[in-house]
Amino acid sequence: MAAGVAAWLPFARAAAIGWMPVANCPMPVAPRDHGKRQDELIILNVSGRRFQTWRTTLDRYPDTLLGSSEKEFFYNEETKEYFFDRDPDAFRSILNFYRTGKLHYPRHECISAYDEELAFFGIIPEIIGDCCYEEYKDRKRENAERLMDDQEENKDNKLPNMNFRETMWRAFENPHTSTMALVFYYVTGFFIAISVITNVVETVPCGSTPNQKDVPCGERYTVAFFCMDTACVMIFTVEYLMRLFAAPSRYRFMRSVMSIIDVVAILPYYIGLVMTNNEDVSGAFVTLRVFRVFRIFKFSRHSQGLRILGYTLKSCASELGFLLFSLTMAIIIFATVMFYAEKGSSSSKFTSIPASFWYTIVTMTTLGYGDMVPKTIAGKIFGSICSLSGVLVIALPVPVIVSNFSRIYHQNQRADKRRAQKKARLARIRVVKTGMSSAFLHNKRNGLFNELLELPVMEQHLSKTASLLESQHHHLLHCLEKTTVSLLPTSTISNMTAHEFVDEQLYEQNCREGAVQSYPSCSPSLSSQEGPTGTCCTHQARKNPLPDASVPPTCQGALQELSAVHIQCSDQPALSTSRSSLNMKLDDTSRLNCKSGLITTAIISIPTPPAVSPEGDSQPLTSPSMQTIASSNAVKVSTL
Amino acid sequence: MSSCRKRCKREILKLAQYLFRLLMGTLSTDSVEDELELSAVRHRPEGLEQLEAQTRFTRKELQVLYRGFKNECPSGVVNEDTFKDIYSQFFPQGDASTYAHFLFNAFDTDHNGSVSFEDFVMGLSILLRGSVQEKLNWAFNLYDINKDGYITKEEMLDIMKAIYDMMGKCTYPILKEEAPRQHVEIFFQKMDKNKDGVVTIDEFIDCCQNDENIMRSMQLFENVI
Repeated sequence: MAAGVAAWLPFARAAAIGWMPVANCPMPVAPRDHGKRQDELIILNVSGRRFQTWRTTLDRYPDTLLGSSEKEFFYNEETKEYFFDRDPDAFRSILNFYRTGKLHYPRHECISAYDEELAFFGIIPEIIGDCCYEEYKDRKRENAERLMDDQEENKDNKLPNMNFRETMWRAFENPHTSTMALVFYYVTGFFIAISVITNVVETVPCGSTPNQKDVPCGERYTVAFFCMDTACVMIFTVEYLMRLFAAPSRYRFMRSVMSIIDVVAILPYYIGLVMTNNEDVSGAFVTLRVFRVFRIFKFSRHSQGLRILGYTLKSCASELGFLLFSLTMAIIIFATVMFYAEKGSSSSKFTSIPASFWYTIVTMTTLGYGDMVPKTIAGKIFGSICSLSGVLVIALPVPVIVSNFSRIYHQNQRADKRRAQKKARLARIRVVKTGMSSAFLHNKRNGLFNELLELPVMEQHLSKTASLLESQHHHLLHCLEKTTVSLLPTSTISNMTAHEFVDEQLYEQNCREGAVQSYPSCSPSLSSQEGPTGTCCTHQARKNPLPDASVPPTCQGALQELSAVHIQCSDQPALSTSRSSLNMKLDDTSRLNCKSGLITTAIISIPTPPAVSPEGDSQPLTSPSMQTIASSNAVKVSTL
Repeated sequence: MSSCRKRCKREILKLAQYLFRLLMGTLSTDSVEDELELSAVRHRPEGLEQLEAQTRFTRKELQVLYRGFKNECPSGVVNEDTFKDIYSQFFPQGDASTYAHFLFNAFDTDHNGSVSFEDFVMGLSILLRGSVQEKLNWAFNLYDINKDGYITKEEMLDIMKAIYDMMGKCTYPILKEEAPRQHVEIFFQKMDKNKDGVVTIDEFIDCCQNDENIMRSMQLFENVI
């Protein structure tokens, strides 16, 4: 029941007294109104904005959040109000729903945000009032289409285990997926073009012998044309059979428009093969050749614009039908009129009404060939009315078709644009992720240094600036490290640490060797702290002298060389890993340097070379790392 | 005859005007003879104290009543169509418009075609807080359609049909065609003491006061507000 009407229920009940004298039997007992309390004001605090309303207003719709006891969960004892941490603007329309009984959709609101608010407050969107319902539905449909477009693109991603048939089908439907598909696509396109050109050239008269009239090329070079035709048809047949084989649902494929076009394109050839040199049917056979022109429709697989046109015509079928119908009506009317008007004049071309059809069509479409002209005055008058109305009748449905085409075309443009933007978006998101992990490592390093070296205040200050959220996140990653106790043989018993975040050089080396699984055995912090970092370095130097990073003289140098290896990325502030980094401009998409996506832990940004100066105190140890972040532009390659 | 001719002339004039405007290509303008919008009517009720004095509602009750009333009818008065709409919402299965029409007339004590808040509240005051005598009086007023002091069989039949219409078609057992008429017969047998075919107010009140069921049902809606 509508809200306002609920307020009138007491009146309706009171008016029921009018039935009492008429009734013959006793009335049922009235329900008692327990807990009848005075109407009180409720304060609803939505993100700071206070709304006040009567309790009975909210009670009108007991199956929503505000009308039921669910709102008690949001009751704030100290301030004696109900606090909701939601958007106050959207809440306005929701509260108005309780007050007036009508739910309105504010046009400036984003459709998904509004839907979320409605869902939160337990209101179904179907009760949006008539004034706003259309707009709401339109926006919702647009949004859904957009989401569907995105989803379809996601589906293009290669599924891991596709069998040969599915791969083939994907290759057919989407030529960009692999080189083979692209080659196939272009080859078929080429042959379609060849076939069409052949058909056209066949009929051109080329060269004439003196005693004969012009012979069409087709009859002059019969063999050549026949070979060409055969080749094309063979390609088309093979293509059709392959598509038929690869189709996930063969029955549906055979019913689709494109396959019918394919069949119609190649059938005349086979029919011609079958029935040759039979004079009676060769006339019909010649007619069949006309169907070869359908090969040109095969181009619609290759051209998106053609597909859009076809789709538009399909969606405007009703307008086209109306156009046709009204034209037919007008033609019949005017043809009849012209026939009777011109009946009187002698030698008139308007011999019958169907003969007048031709005149009417030519006039209404403003062609005006002039092979049939009215001669009587009446005929001329009606002829002029005919041409004027022709313009009108044709001009009316055309804008509808045009606007449909424009809408579908723009939709396609939008999809393409979104696809292009998506790549950039994904790349930026990846940068944020790498930032997060390098911050973790940075923090860890600082934390470990703090613990082990009792560093002065600076580092501690640094670690304090990490927000609580970050530190909790880092703690989580740390726990993960500790959980995955190394099961690999390479970890020595002495420092049985779990999977650790590897130092760069070792990672580089692993990368190059393609040996992804080996994790280092020395923890960088311990090694660098104790001084026998030299051992670590030398140890690694013994293993595999890295071409460019083996025992570099200075930290800086090492870093720069290392950075040369990594793909550049933009500046990364040391500790900020928030979404603001999404706004950074990318010079280049940051790609992983190596294909070893199997590494499950991240890479540090410590260059171990700072240990070259083992006698250095803690300061230089950490400062390089900070310098690392500050000075270099390298993103430490990391995967999480 | 002259009125016919006058009407013909007016029609022809309108047609000529229309053709003229068509040929001259003037864009159609909105006709000026718009009906007076009902929304221009604004009615403010008398003060709260006066209403408190005239009715038996407390101040708070009047406030609640007015808020509900104003919500539904911002202009301050209810016209018959709105009234019918509102009342029909409570009886979705049948057709409550006829009965609502009678109710409207019962509430519209000054017969000006609209029910203002004062009319509304006065009616409710009688129905909910009035004495049994007053209630019966009100009921009689409802049944007496032409307000002549007598309830005839036809009037009663109208009322009865209106009530049965509210039930609608989907009842069990199915309502028969002559059910209203039979009910009217029973009513008249009970009420019409002197068998003169009409029921006067005294007969009505006497009879009702002697009927247990009716007396009890009058108290039914005491605590509605």
